[in-house]
Amino acid sequence: MKAFFKLISVITLALTLSGGLHAQTSTPAAAPAAAPAKKADPDLAQRVADLEAYVSNGTRGSDAADAKVSSKLDGVAGPGHNAWMMTSAALVLFMTLPGLALFYGGLVRRKNVLSVLAQCLGITGLVSILWWAFGYSFVFADGAKPWWGDFAKFAFFNGVDSAPNTNYSYWVSHNVFAMYQMMFAIITPALIVGAIAERMKFSAIMLFVALWMVVVYFPLAHMVWGIDGMMNGIWNPKATIRSIDFAGGTVVHMSSGWSALVLCLILGPRIGFGKQPMQPHSMVLCMVGTGMLWVGWYGFNAGSAVAADGVAANAFLTTTMATAVASFAWAVAEWLVRGKPSVLGYCSGAVAGLVVITPACGFVDVTGSVIIGVVAGVVPFLACSYLKPFFKYDDALDTFGVHAVGGTLGAFLTGVLATTKSGNANLTGDPAKANGLAKLITDGGLWVEQLKAMAFTIVLAVVATVIIAYVVKALIGLRPTEDVETQGLDVAEHGEEGYHHA
Amino acid sequence: MKKVEAIIKPFKLEEVKDALHDVGVEGMTVSEVKGFGRQKGHTEIYRGSEYTVDFLPKIKLELVLPDAKVSDAVGAIIKAAKTGKIGDGKIFVSTIVEAIRIRTEEKGDDAV
Repeated sequence: MKAFFKLISVITLALTLSGGLHAQTSTPAAAPAAAPAKKADPDLAQRVADLEAYVSNGTRGSDAADAKVSSKLDGVAGPGHNAWMMTSAALVLFMTLPGLALFYGGLVRRKNVLSVLAQCLGITGLVSILWWAFGYSFVFADGAKPWWGDFAKFAFFNGVDSAPNTNYSYWVSHNVFAMYQMMFAIITPALIVGAIAERMKFSAIMLFVALWMVVVYFPLAHMVWGIDGMMNGIWNPKATIRSIDFAGGTVVHMSSGWSALVLCLILGPRIGFGKQPMQPHSMVLCMVGTGMLWVGWYGFNAGSAVAADGVAANAFLTTTMATAVASFAWAVAEWLVRGKPSVLGYCSGAVAGLVVITPACGFVDVTGSVIIGVVAGVVPFLACSYLKPFFKYDDALDTFGVHAVGGTLGAFLTGVLATTKSGNANLTGDPAKANGLAKLITDGGLWVEQLKAMAFTIVLAVVATVIIAYVVKALIGLRPTEDVETQGLDVAEHGEEGYHHA
Repeated sequence: MKKVEAIIKPFKLEEVKDALHDVGVEGMTVSEVKGFGRQKGHTEIYRGSEYTVDFLPKIKLELVLPDAKVSDAVGAIIKAAKTGKIGDGKIFVSTIVEAIRIRTEEKGDDAV
């Protein structure tokens, strides 16, 4: 609670300051303009070394803090790096629009199909604005706290230009990095939509998401991925919790999944839940969406290497194997237990596999990914098939069963299966040596750190969601009227219908 | 004039259409419908949520014919749509008071 109020006061302060932000333009960290005057020109050997650094995703001669030489490539982004990261950013957006929108849209009743699409579109716009105004800065500007970034440094994308931000990549344009990370910020709250589908007011969802981003996602993303984040075992030599999360097991899937469970409990079940049939209105749309999620996820996972390098290549491989195996395993489990392998089973298994491999994809080898695939197919299947009916909560489209259970499983399995055999040198790099992560990788015991990160994430997500949900309920109410819910949200809230005659 | 309404299994539509064509029926209206009779429904399972689906998909054919053609048409439908299993469907025959072809305004048997 204390931290929450402190955060609110920080936000209020920053919002009042934000008016004058553009006036006090500071030089961005990566801008090379002032440097060449003092530094010597590079000789031929150094220029070749700088080119090699581009190919091997290393540092230019001029990147070191005490560099005495300049580089012809100062402030220049690598075309290969940028090409892959722009592609990856587009792929991750494609996961939400229309991948997730169709995956979820197909699973609701036809009277609510547009409400899900509107929620995905609404969240995309809303989060983009937050990201531009202060979100990116709050996550990725360094030098403030281990809990969150600097609220103002990159606000309104001030200083976020095409020169690389060397905190995160020597060769990717800062603005490309900011766009890539924005797509993660968009899909995360959109995942929550699955648990509360068909019964939450559009306005309430928008307000909830805005508050949730500020209180949960932005700080958590900083803690896990920020260069000085307190749970960034890979890059922060002073990390408090030496955990690792390659593409978002804690930040994306656990945070959204656990919040989704809490929100769906506070919201209550849909009218007629358990009494009326509520089967998916189009498994065809659902399958199409699943395929798009799978394809887009390559940007999410392999793109998280922030380079088209060997780590990305390994992540591409592990993502594919885990997903294919999980999809197969879920359907086989269903076949054994229910007698039939269903399309929804294959789809759910694929998404579960993608979720579980997400935190691990850049840290495990192919054997690890196949193990993850089997577990990812079976455990979320059991959660959706037995846990939900037993407790009777209305997690409409199984956000908790797939994303929270899968994300939690993935975060833990990353701790068990992370290995230098993945070819990821960062696991035993200098920051990892300094904070002790390297020793945990070689001697074992990383899973304890992972458990700490998981516990922290669950507590943050659950506590914050309870508070935010009741704040939104008090301000504008969470649910539409019974009439609106019965009639369907499409016509009542959006004035449109998904399907017409002629 | 009579109207013949037949509720049949969806996968029998092509056979029934061909059989009707063979006895000289020149037009029909087809709709996708749902319903149940003695066959009852089936169970669908979506990630552990079980739903009993009472209404099964069927095809409804409607044809309006001169009285003389009715028995041939009914015979053709029965022959083509019968599988001998529960759920083959039903045929209803009713009297039509008037029929009008919109283009020419012809009436009665000339219009059907």
